[in-house]
Amino acid sequence: MINLKKTGDTVFFSTTPRIFSSFSVVGKKEGRGPLGSIFDYISQDSLFSQNTWEKAEMEMSKKAVQGVLDKTNLMPEDIDFLLGGDLLNQIVVANFVARHFQRPYLGLFGACATLGESLFLGSTLLDGDFGDQVIAFVSSHYQTAERQYRTPIEYGDQYPPWKQWTVTGSAAFLLQKEGGSVGITQATVGTVLDWGIIDTNDLGGAMVPAAAQTILTNLEDTGRSPGDYDLILTGDLGIRGRDLLRKLLKKEGLGELDNLNDCGARIFAPDQKAGSGGSGCATSAVVLSSYYLPRLEKGDLNRILLVVTGALLNPTTSLQGETIPGIAHALVLERMVD
Amino acid sequence: MPRTLKTEAEEFRQMAQPQNRTPLRNFLVAFAVGGLICFGGQVIQEIIMVFGPDKDTASMIVAIVLIVLGGIFTGLGWYDELGQFAGAGAAVPITGFANAVVSAAMEFRQEGLVLGTGARMYSVAGPVLTFGVVTAFLIGLIRALI
Repeated sequence: MINLKKTGDTVFFSTTPRIFSSFSVVGKKEGRGPLGSIFDYISQDSLFSQNTWEKAEMEMSKKAVQGVLDKTNLMPEDIDFLLGGDLLNQIVVANFVARHFQRPYLGLFGACATLGESLFLGSTLLDGDFGDQVIAFVSSHYQTAERQYRTPIEYGDQYPPWKQWTVTGSAAFLLQKEGGSVGITQATVGTVLDWGIIDTNDLGGAMVPAAAQTILTNLEDTGRSPGDYDLILTGDLGIRGRDLLRKLLKKEGLGELDNLNDCGARIFAPDQKAGSGGSGCATSAVVLSSYYLPRLEKGDLNRILLVVTGALLNPTTSLQGETIPGIAHALVLERMVD
Repeated sequence: MPRTLKTEAEEFRQMAQPQNRTPLRNFLVAFAVGGLICFGGQVIQEIIMVFGPDKDTASMIVAIVLIVLGGIFTGLGWYDELGQFAGAGAAVPITGFANAVVSAAMEFRQEGLVLGTGARMYSVAGPVLTFGVVTAFLIGLIRALI
């Protein structure tokens, strides 16, 4: 059977699902960063008036979903599917947010690449005519991630300068069949790739091979060259990971990629003590929502390749000496002129 | 099928080696800060001995004072900053042990006093206790035998 909608690992949507609207929520540190003022909601309180960090992340994520509903004057019952995820065990934040909104829900885990999963699946549902409106949401929180993946916050261990800082934030995206000026035209679903990076402080480095592979696969499947994209935007490789990806892609024959950047490398300023930059599900989500989607809408950019990256480790496997596999999903976002 | 990369994994791991390691700086700062903490302890001991207690009693009081200070600095959110700056210089002295216990006690307070703080306050410092007890036992055994 000939598959009309898929070439290689890349799906070609026939109806071009749209990112109609989005809402971003971030914490204080992110609000003080170079992109600070553009986020929809900046909380000065990383506890979001709750008594535990997990509840704080749930509150934050709920705010993002409610935010996009309010922005578009929709009620939860207008939404056909909720697709969400986060970094915590049992993706508990997304589950509890879905408990609040009472809509058909699929919980997703792709580590920091969860945004790619949710946007891809949302687009697929719309393209398959299974609904009209889907909300994709993700969150991460510095305190919840740190206590699950690392050590207590106040513990005085020394981190190397290449360690990244988990972004406290959440963003929700309303996907619709039509309307809005940003369309998702293609998506390349990534393959898990493990090149044996073992340093859990070097998640950026661990994700670089997967990002490179997904970018190369996308270019091959779509027949494009890197210059056909105004921007190739990776999720949370950080400054070091971004530079490493540039180096690797040059070796793979793509030349100097001036149009490659990374959300994690952009969210914090060098003086914010955030190491190599931001990481976590929220990194790509909030930067896309508040910085790059508006630029697409305005026409500063016409076509970007969003490459959402994830490091697929857990604290048990890394203690047992396992290496860190990476994954990256790519989505082609285009400015639509109707 | 995904595109296979031409670069070998081993080659990439070489490329990915962090270039900005600073071992010499870390050694020197750890030596200086760790030394200063111990020097501070010595000063406290000398002062206590002026008031009468003998050396053994005084060093016990010094340990208590340093542990309390380590705990307070942890609670104020200063000790992790010191740890980031000084590495082992902050971790090895007894103040570092206090930091390991107090930071975990604070962190897991959200899960309750018993199953949170109580159960998990030694999650970082536990190995120090375990191997401290094991070593003490072995040394005691050797002493008893010879």
